[in-house]
Amino acid sequence: MKIRDLSLAEFRARLGGDGIRLATGPFNCRLQSGIPELADELARLYAHHPLIDDKPFVDFHVGVQPGHGLRRWIAPQARFVVDAVEPFTPLPRGQALPMLEWGLNWCVTAYCHHILVIHAASVARGKHAAILPAPPGSGKSTLCAALVNRGWRLLSDELTLIRLDTGQIMGLARPVNLKNASIDIIRAYAPDAFLTRPILDTTKGTVALMAPTQASVETVGEWADPAWMVLPRYRAGSDATLTPMGSGAAFMQLADNAMNYHVLGARGFKAVGDIIDRTHNYSFEYSRLDDAIAVFDRLAAEGTAE
Amino acid sequence: MNLLIEAYRHPESIRHLGTTDWDLLVRQARHANLVGRLFLRLQSAGVEADIPERPHNHLLSGAVMASEQRHAIRREACFLREALKPAGITVILLKGAAYVAAGLPAAQGRLFSDVDILLPKERLGDAESALMLKGWASTATDDYDQRYYRRWMHELPAMRHVFRGSALDVHHTILPPTARLKPDARLLIEASVALPDLPGVHTLSLPDLILHSASHLFHEGEPDNLLRDLTDLDLLLRHLARDDAAWDGLLERAMQLQLSGPLRLALRYCHRLLGTPLPERIAARSHCLADTGIVQRMLDGIYARVLRPQHPSTADALTPLARRSLYIRAHWLRMPPLLLAYHLAHKAIFPPKQKTHPLSTEQQG
Repeated sequence: MKIRDLSLAEFRARLGGDGIRLATGPFNCRLQSGIPELADELARLYAHHPLIDDKPFVDFHVGVQPGHGLRRWIAPQARFVVDAVEPFTPLPRGQALPMLEWGLNWCVTAYCHHILVIHAASVARGKHAAILPAPPGSGKSTLCAALVNRGWRLLSDELTLIRLDTGQIMGLARPVNLKNASIDIIRAYAPDAFLTRPILDTTKGTVALMAPTQASVETVGEWADPAWMVLPRYRAGSDATLTPMGSGAAFMQLADNAMNYHVLGARGFKAVGDIIDRTHNYSFEYSRLDDAIAVFDRLAAEGTAE
Repeated sequence: MNLLIEAYRHPESIRHLGTTDWDLLVRQARHANLVGRLFLRLQSAGVEADIPERPHNHLLSGAVMASEQRHAIRREACFLREALKPAGITVILLKGAAYVAAGLPAAQGRLFSDVDILLPKERLGDAESALMLKGWASTATDDYDQRYYRRWMHELPAMRHVFRGSALDVHHTILPPTARLKPDARLLIEASVALPDLPGVHTLSLPDLILHSASHLFHEGEPDNLLRDLTDLDLLLRHLARDDAAWDGLLERAMQLQLSGPLRLALRYCHRLLGTPLPERIAARSHCLADTGIVQRMLDGIYARVLRPQHPSTADALTPLARRSLYIRAHWLRMPPLLLAYHLAHKAIFPPKQKTHPLSTEQQG
């Protein structure tokens, strides 16, 4: 059974009660919230995710709850709660939905050291995946959202999960976090995609979440092999240009963006090295999304021809 | 339902756990800060293969995290040694950092947030200057806290290194000078032992590490890490027990340091909750298993509740009362009544700010 099979009333009741139990790639999550107004958008973001109803092991028990006491009415707050613990300062109630998403990301980075966790987007064509590590503002999420709406499948927008045994990428297929100008760009580029209403004044500026495509969610269990490491940079007016990157520089890019590189020690070093051994590495400058997609499609065609 | 203690005491019992039990066990272990230690316990008992994949990922992650901290702590000890060398002060590690640096079994899966060191009270000023020269800075925010620590406490306000972010507690003794028990810190320093593989770095001797852990455990008002600390004591005592005569030495050392009371409670709860082996003559000499007196029964009632993982699933109707009683008892033991009243009144009027930080995906757990 999928989230979309629940009526909104049923979804809302579960969310406010014992929680919605769903699977996002390798993780089972239980989402709870006493903030009913986020139910509608949350249900649409996760429409294609499978419900897990037979009470299995849950990796993350998380919720966003309203503020205590007067904070329900005066300057209302949202609190992120992970199994009765509140690790973070509350945010304004209007930011409850992104808070839930960021909180889930935090759970992965805080609790999961059986895998290498890289702060990067990743997308795949069949079994071949491109990893896009990049600092905020580089247009990583915009490019990722565009690719996903043009036939690539979303593995992850924010956190790329690498198995330490096989070096494969395990997809998450959770919503894509779009910021500022990229919200309207993606609305225009992919009118069929579901985007939440823009949420103003977050620490990342204006934010909207884009639902992963149905195909991405349904094939999330198919782990992908890293084939390309592409460091994107948006520059207004530029042509889409791929520049090969030396493996030393590529290694440093991945290691810098690996959230638990230091925690994993020698295993982290080996995992990053193994990825770089398998990937073609590029830096990539672009401005027009169609041109960028064409470049990625060409990469995919060459990659499968090999 | 306390699955954690059962799994910790009887690792083979995990073979009978269902999926929802595993879910709860991992959560309890996380709340008790015992994820990594539980993993190593199950692994050394030969039941790792019986852990289902999902909980295995979580438990393993805890152990991985702890093993990386071991490197960080040893490195930090070297930085401290270099910082304090010009002042001619020896680094004496306490608690978790000592277990790790000395390679004691109590280091297994131990997660901790700071390094604790001990030095003579008269060298406190020199040490603080030397540390500040090398980048450690005081973190206490307001004047009251600064004054409170410097006048009434056994340690400086917590310090943090400006570049590495590592936290440091500098102690001049192991209990507040205002506490009813007054162990002589000079005896601890004299008995400290040099680490063969970290020249210039000392730790407390094994009996003193045990007594410090016990006195800390039974003067502590916040229950969050108490069960973790009790497992430290269990591992330390089992290590001490390799030499049967060391038990008698431990009791004598406790008398010398005025710490027989905390040791008695430590032996009592270690033996009862964790099954720590205890020679009969030691139980008899320390009276640690005697069930007499209303005070002892009240303490049992409190500690039975706070020495559980502090997770909603293990709480009962009396848990809130036990937690509050623990807080009051801890302060009662640490301060004379008038000072206590003044301190609690100040904290009631100016409550400390919540210890939370902004949510950001860029930052590591």
